[in-house]
Amino acid sequence: MPILETQELTYVYSPGTPFEKTAVDHVNISIEKGEIIGVMGHTGSGKSTLIQHFNGLLRPTSGKVLLNGVDIWEDKTKIRDVRFQVGLVFQYPEYQLFEETVFKDISFGPKNMGLSDEEIKRRVYDTAHDIGLSEELMERSPFDLSGGQKRRAAIAGVMAMEPEVLILDEPTAGLDPAGRDKILSHIKAYHQRTGNTTLIVSHSMEDIASFADRILVMSDSKLFCFDETVKVFSRSEEISQIGLDVPQITRVFDKLKKRGMDFGKEVYTVEYARNLLLKRLAEREAR
Amino acid sequence: MGNIIEINDLHFRYEPTGEEEAPPEVLKGIDLSIKEGEFVAVLGHNGSGKSTLAKHLNAILLPTTGSVIVDGIDTADEEKLFELRQRAGMVFQNPDNQIVSSIVEEDVAFALENLGVPYEEMRRRVDESLKAVKMYKYRLHSPAQLSGGQKQRVAIAGIIAMQPKCIILDEPTAMLDPSGRKEVMATIKRMNREQGITVVLITHYMDEAAQSDRVVVMDSGKIVMDDKPEKVFSQVDLMKKLRLDVPQVTELAWELKKAGYDISPEIISEDECVEAIIRLMSEE
Repeated sequence: MPILETQELTYVYSPGTPFEKTAVDHVNISIEKGEIIGVMGHTGSGKSTLIQHFNGLLRPTSGKVLLNGVDIWEDKTKIRDVRFQVGLVFQYPEYQLFEETVFKDISFGPKNMGLSDEEIKRRVYDTAHDIGLSEELMERSPFDLSGGQKRRAAIAGVMAMEPEVLILDEPTAGLDPAGRDKILSHIKAYHQRTGNTTLIVSHSMEDIASFADRILVMSDSKLFCFDETVKVFSRSEEISQIGLDVPQITRVFDKLKKRGMDFGKEVYTVEYARNLLLKRLAEREAR
Repeated sequence: MGNIIEINDLHFRYEPTGEEEAPPEVLKGIDLSIKEGEFVAVLGHNGSGKSTLAKHLNAILLPTTGSVIVDGIDTADEEKLFELRQRAGMVFQNPDNQIVSSIVEEDVAFALENLGVPYEEMRRRVDESLKAVKMYKYRLHSPAQLSGGQKQRVAIAGIIAMQPKCIILDEPTAMLDPSGRKEVMATIKRMNREQGITVVLITHYMDEAAQSDRVVVMDSGKIVMDDKPEKVFSQVDLMKKLRLDVPQVTELAWELKKAGYDISPEIISEDECVEAIIRLMSEE
């Protein structure tokens, strides 16, 4: 059974007014437990509206969201539990830090879940470890941290609830390349420890290419595609047309193909391109 | 052409707060000259001092020691502050923080009104600036209805309307999606090419820096590299050590070169890379 599923999910903003806009249009997806999913789409494609349905922040105009096979809106009073099971980290989450210490900030979510002090402590330290915040920082004010540390502390606050599904909306926005790689590797560490399903919204195909099992692409309020990473990249031209960025290296291999040099493979990382070219060059020399 | 920006031995530290010891220097002796009409990209990881440097170019920050001269004006000269800021405009990262009016054309006119530009002249400059950033047809829209890339272009139009000689952009595309980034980069390049405005672009994106005339790399408050983009990016090892990326095509060329193949490490564009691979694969 899929952990998260949508059936004909549709959401209309301001229905019945001149501003009426269908932001999510009959979307059907199904996500298995433990998967890492990359979510892409240009601004206004409906991807943020879509993910806000996954933990019940928005209620579908029509259609359903199923968590572990149960319609999350079947019993309205249980929607609070859904928010513990599906954790959503917003863009620029560091603006939401508010507690006196990093420890208190990270423990806010678990505390609201009514967990024991001991369990809260374990979760805070486990997630702090995953996300790369040292124990000395736990008693500091979150406002004294560096920008990157703040971002990580805010992400840890959601991770510490150990949601079955973790959704991160552009967790690397505004970071430098080193900060970006760091956050992504910490998210991977969390995923490896917990095995929890993780969705990452990103504009950077280069980032997504390096870790996602599958990629979900939204365009014009509709599901454009939802497929294995390699298959999505094989449609790189269409992906460019809907306003998304294809890795530079993929564009190079597309151009080579047009020039009659078809490597017969989808290339989306430098490492892969290097190995592929070195192999071909060696084959040529052997001939 | 002469230098529009002259920075001499610039040191900067923030004022100590309360009884704390003096905070460490953020800029540790910067010497930099930028020619009129140049398009210079400034790279560096977070905390390298690049934004602090940018803020010195229109006197948001003043040197602790050393000097910054922009178009002949010493930024420390308080009496010439307004003149300086007309000549060197600044665009920031967050589009929502720099829009002040509820109608696009009023936002573009804001600075001109403050400067007391006559109505006819103002009307002409606002229209021209909006056309230059391709936002003229949105002139009567509310900025709230615009995308991030469009808002940034309106912010740029507001600067162009002042007819500056130089524009400093501090990560203007960091919060935009790929199509917004493309729009803004195209606008910056056009402004540089067609109007001859000097551009200083602070960025994290290597593909943006690759489109400039010159790349300045900062690390711990100092300039550590300053050269043409292809020369800077071809030093892949050094760039990685400075916690920076290089364009994927440059990295690929560098990897092939390391493996003993005859390929230039100074490849920074897709087309150069395509040609080089074709050449390599068809060599006897």
